[in-house]
Amino acid sequence: MNNLIVLPIILPLVASVIVAFFPKKLNIARKFSQITSVLLTAVAAYLAWYVFTNETVVMQSGGWDAPFGISIVGDSLSMLLVLTSSIVGTAAIFYAPSALEEQQEKFYFYTFYFLLISGVSGAFMTGDLFNLFVFFEVLLMASYGLIVLGNGKIQLRESFKYVLFNLFSSMLFVTSVAFIYAITGTVNLAHLAERVGEIEEQGILTTVAIVLFFVFAVKAAIFPLYYWLPNSYVVPNPVVSALFGALLTKVGIYSILRVFTLIFVHDTGVTHQIFIWLAMLTMLFGVIGALSTNNVKLIITYNIIPAIGFMLMGVGLFTETAIAGSVYYLMHDMVIKGALFFFIGALIVAAGTKDLTKMTGVIQKYPLLGWLFFIASLVLAGVPPFSGFIGKLLLLQGGLDQEEFLLVIVALVSSLLILFSMMRIFIRGFWGELMEGISDNRKRVRNLTIPGLVLLSISVYLGIAAESVYPHIEAIANMLLDRTEYISTVLKE
Amino acid sequence: MEIIMTVLASILFATGIYNLLQKQLLRIVIGTVLVSHGAHLFLLTMSQLKRGAPPLVVDGVTQYTDPLPQALILTAIVISFGVTSFLLVLAYRTYTLNKTDNMEELRGSEHE
Repeated sequence: MNNLIVLPIILPLVASVIVAFFPKKLNIARKFSQITSVLLTAVAAYLAWYVFTNETVVMQSGGWDAPFGISIVGDSLSMLLVLTSSIVGTAAIFYAPSALEEQQEKFYFYTFYFLLISGVSGAFMTGDLFNLFVFFEVLLMASYGLIVLGNGKIQLRESFKYVLFNLFSSMLFVTSVAFIYAITGTVNLAHLAERVGEIEEQGILTTVAIVLFFVFAVKAAIFPLYYWLPNSYVVPNPVVSALFGALLTKVGIYSILRVFTLIFVHDTGVTHQIFIWLAMLTMLFGVIGALSTNNVKLIITYNIIPAIGFMLMGVGLFTETAIAGSVYYLMHDMVIKGALFFFIGALIVAAGTKDLTKMTGVIQKYPLLGWLFFIASLVLAGVPPFSGFIGKLLLLQGGLDQEEFLLVIVALVSSLLILFSMMRIFIRGFWGELMEGISDNRKRVRNLTIPGLVLLSISVYLGIAAESVYPHIEAIANMLLDRTEYISTVLKE
Repeated sequence: MEIIMTVLASILFATGIYNLLQKQLLRIVIGTVLVSHGAHLFLLTMSQLKRGAPPLVVDGVTQYTDPLPQALILTAIVISFGVTSFLLVLAYRTYTLNKTDNMEELRGSEHE
């Protein structure tokens, strides 16, 4: 069992190599990728089930026990996120053939896709700070490949900036690992957590913690470091945007969640208080961005940012309810961002334009797409009984418990504005007279809608069946706050 | 020795960031290379520069060099090498398609 835990990393890695051998034979590549993705989801589901019902599984690679070897840790949080990301990934694989041009598919889309999934799973499961950097690089390299797919003029222009920002923050990551190694003499997360308490000079630890937070904040797009995100996420193909929006920023926020609940909890008065302020500003500025544009895809892209603010809010509040809310919101947001990007891709194909002022009445020809988009908007904004509501409820409850009233008010206002920005698309794009020049390619639009439908139904299930999901999330929050369990499992004391 | 190395790393960082803030694409790429060199040097310095035997358990040897930073730095060098070569190709493609290598002219809010 211990060795099987590495499958969500190895399986896509092997698949990416295999599929690189026949990029031009599209039929085989598609079938192979679809089968592998479904298989990967099944494996992830089995592993998640095993971890949830039994215990945390730790693989010490090469037989070198932690802290000397590299540990791959499958605890309930990691496995939950691996499962969610493989579900989103599988939906994207079924979406890709209709969304991408053949030329783009032939240029190694599936190879990059599997590398991305491998990197994301690895980042979720690694128990080693430097290894986290390596998996960040794996997923970033794959994302560089995906973002330039299509080779457009503006796409290249924005990709260059995207690569630059990520490269710089990666170098800072290496620097902060160097700092941490100099102070504590280890890079293993569990060992770090143990040693941080023994260090006498807590001030320098706080400084390093902030440097590390800066790195993760660039990846997660937290105010004021989110400016690279909107332009670079809006230029690639919808399926690539969906993968990025659903998975990449979430890896950043997962790292914050992990590092700032496990290691740097020595001075929560400074670090976690900063998070609360940044969460507020992230929510506000993200949602203002979403209201500022008429490009439908850019509206969805901007909506990634306030969601990050909500998750950061839970880490900042640092109570059981709030952390549970963050984890719930993280899982919910991965699913719903995927679904929304899928629907927007379908809408752009159906209407033939990205400009909201030029489209109207799409729902008359494509009612299924219209209503699904409507439900997805409600889920995103957090209208009960959907999944966004549960996450936000827990977060707001945590905020009220800590008497952070300003934060709660900002969160509520930005939720309202998120709903407003989504309803703008619905009212102006879907309602009204049927527009001229609407696409007649019903088959393609249907193919683009179905994967979103699957994700949306998962999201609705997470909301309606919260009673059965919540106890697991609560257990995860308990585990995150009780660091000793993680430390003793990894270090085998 | 550590202090000299740290100063060297900080000079690399400073020159790298100066180049990153330039407008020409190639200078920016060189800036990233310098910054990553600085980070790698830093990584090597942080575990103290000790002279000693290879980290193998042999009788009679008491001082060992720390192998971990060397393993980390190798990984980081390989990664930054790959990213730099990708960035060079990307910068070249951006230049040929957009007909400019000036960052000022690569701004804009239109999204195709």
